[in-house]
Amino acid sequence: MSEYIDQNPKGGSVGIVEKQFFTFAMPPDRLKLESLASIGPVTIAYETCGTLNQEKSNVILVLHALSGDSHMAGYYDPTDAKPGWWDIMVGPGKGIDTDKYFVICSNIIGSCAGSTGPSFINPETGTEYGTSFPHITIGDMVAAQKALMDHLKINSILSLIGGSVGGMQVLEWCVRYPDMVQSAIPLATTTRHSALAIAFNEVARQAIMADPNWNQGDYYSSKKPDMGLAIARMIGHITYLSDDSMRLKFGRKLQNRSALSFEFGAQFQVESYLQHQGNKFIERFDANSFLYITKAADYFDLAAQYGSGSLVKAFSKCKSKFLVVSYTSDWLYPTYQSKEMVKAMKKNGLDVSFCEIDAQWGHDAFLLPSDRLDNLITGFLRSVSLDT
Amino acid sequence: MIPDPLRYDLKIIASWIAPESKVLGLGCGEGDLLFWLKKKKNIRERGIEIEESKVIKCIEKGISVLQGDINEEMEDFPDNAFDYAICSQTLQQVYEPSNLIHSMMRVAKMGVVSFPNFGHIKVRVQLAFTGRAPMTRELPYSWHNTPNIRVLSLNDFHKFSDQIGFKILKKAAIKTKPTNRQGKMVNFLPNLFATYGIFLIGKE
Repeated sequence: MSEYIDQNPKGGSVGIVEKQFFTFAMPPDRLKLESLASIGPVTIAYETCGTLNQEKSNVILVLHALSGDSHMAGYYDPTDAKPGWWDIMVGPGKGIDTDKYFVICSNIIGSCAGSTGPSFINPETGTEYGTSFPHITIGDMVAAQKALMDHLKINSILSLIGGSVGGMQVLEWCVRYPDMVQSAIPLATTTRHSALAIAFNEVARQAIMADPNWNQGDYYSSKKPDMGLAIARMIGHITYLSDDSMRLKFGRKLQNRSALSFEFGAQFQVESYLQHQGNKFIERFDANSFLYITKAADYFDLAAQYGSGSLVKAFSKCKSKFLVVSYTSDWLYPTYQSKEMVKAMKKNGLDVSFCEIDAQWGHDAFLLPSDRLDNLITGFLRSVSLDT
Repeated sequence: MIPDPLRYDLKIIASWIAPESKVLGLGCGEGDLLFWLKKKKNIRERGIEIEESKVIKCIEKGISVLQGDINEEMEDFPDNAFDYAICSQTLQQVYEPSNLIHSMMRVAKMGVVSFPNFGHIKVRVQLAFTGRAPMTRELPYSWHNTPNIRVLSLNDFHKFSDQIGFKILKKAAIKTKPTNRQGKMVNFLPNLFATYGIFLIGKE
């Protein structure tokens, strides 16, 4: 997922938001994970926008991607340079209209923006978990979100919306808690990683683990594996773009120079861009979290987990209405992967709509301002609200 | 939202659809007919449309729609998943019309097919007197850029029903202009005077 983007001129801002915390799974009632390990206590950071109606029927849960956080929209402080990561979509009069809906976004378990993850202090040892943190899955992320919903006394979700790894959580929710979910919008996502996606993730992880500062994950009181994490992010960014978008954005343009010289510094704009993205990322992200979350994404396989290999069977208990969206230039989760899930949904008689948006910006297109996506989401949410 | 009044040919199709039924719209465009049926007859709708901009229009209206090729998209539906499959003014544009009809008869209990009548007097007169491929209001393209690659007459469709093996349950031969809300039924020599034919078809 890209770095934060500027606010869309369309619609208003949700204004000031506050990060909140919910802690559960106090020992001995630890949260049981899919790896059979357990963990507790677990803290989940979350933010809400809009107002919950009396019937509690206007809840929208936004699920963030790999490097996102609970800060989907608005500002913590009026002096903040940038708003939350999906401010273009979430706000009054926007695609997800906070005048109508109560929108919740929580930081995923294993991450590093307020929720329990490898950089948290393990209460049993008094030091950071590091790589003693148990392996987590997309299912575990969803289980923690479900605990948050229970805490907020919400038992019906009008719509789940998420792109990329967030889209995987959307799908997992629909399969795991079919009675709670009325509708779902998986964006630019997949029911399982292709070998290509796993390959990129593995190279990114190797970059981190090859950094001497990584020190088997034990680096919280010394130098961090910044170089490894920055390279991992650079690899990620290549997968989020496309040949088209890179050609248009960079081509072979040079950075701050008029001619090439024989040296190893960044000379092409694309090199400089990637380095910049890498350097920005290390300021806000934890290398161990990156390892755990990319692994969780690689493990995700809806058909294997819920359908003994059959995606049709995996969706058989689903009841929600779906809007599946893919992007023509997404080579990380190409359209054929979205079509596979649509096919399985159709075979189960589910009410599914599918749209492939023609966009040259690659996998990241769902985070960029787009009237088309706004209109799709607005229209779909309106129809779901009318159905209820 | 109140739906706009329908085009004359769509009005006839809409009158044939039973309330509360499940309807599949093939090449449903911006979803006008499905939207009307959803609002007025409380049907459960699904559209298939290939053009992204039209798909977005459908979803904006709250119509469930799949972006894709109609033949391909029909494959994944279970048998008799719908009460009706509607193919409005698209039959003449598909590469394999017989496959399309077979698929319609598989996924739905009944089908509605409409198309511009190539047996219309203007078509015949143009070909007879100019000796060139006819261009009419209903089929307004030149031979080299037309999407209408399978033009047919009402009589052709009758013959087709015998060959392919489906029943014609209802038919309407109409005279109307392409985007018009007005029109009339043609009872006298329909294959000569109707600009469009609409058929309700069922399984043998």
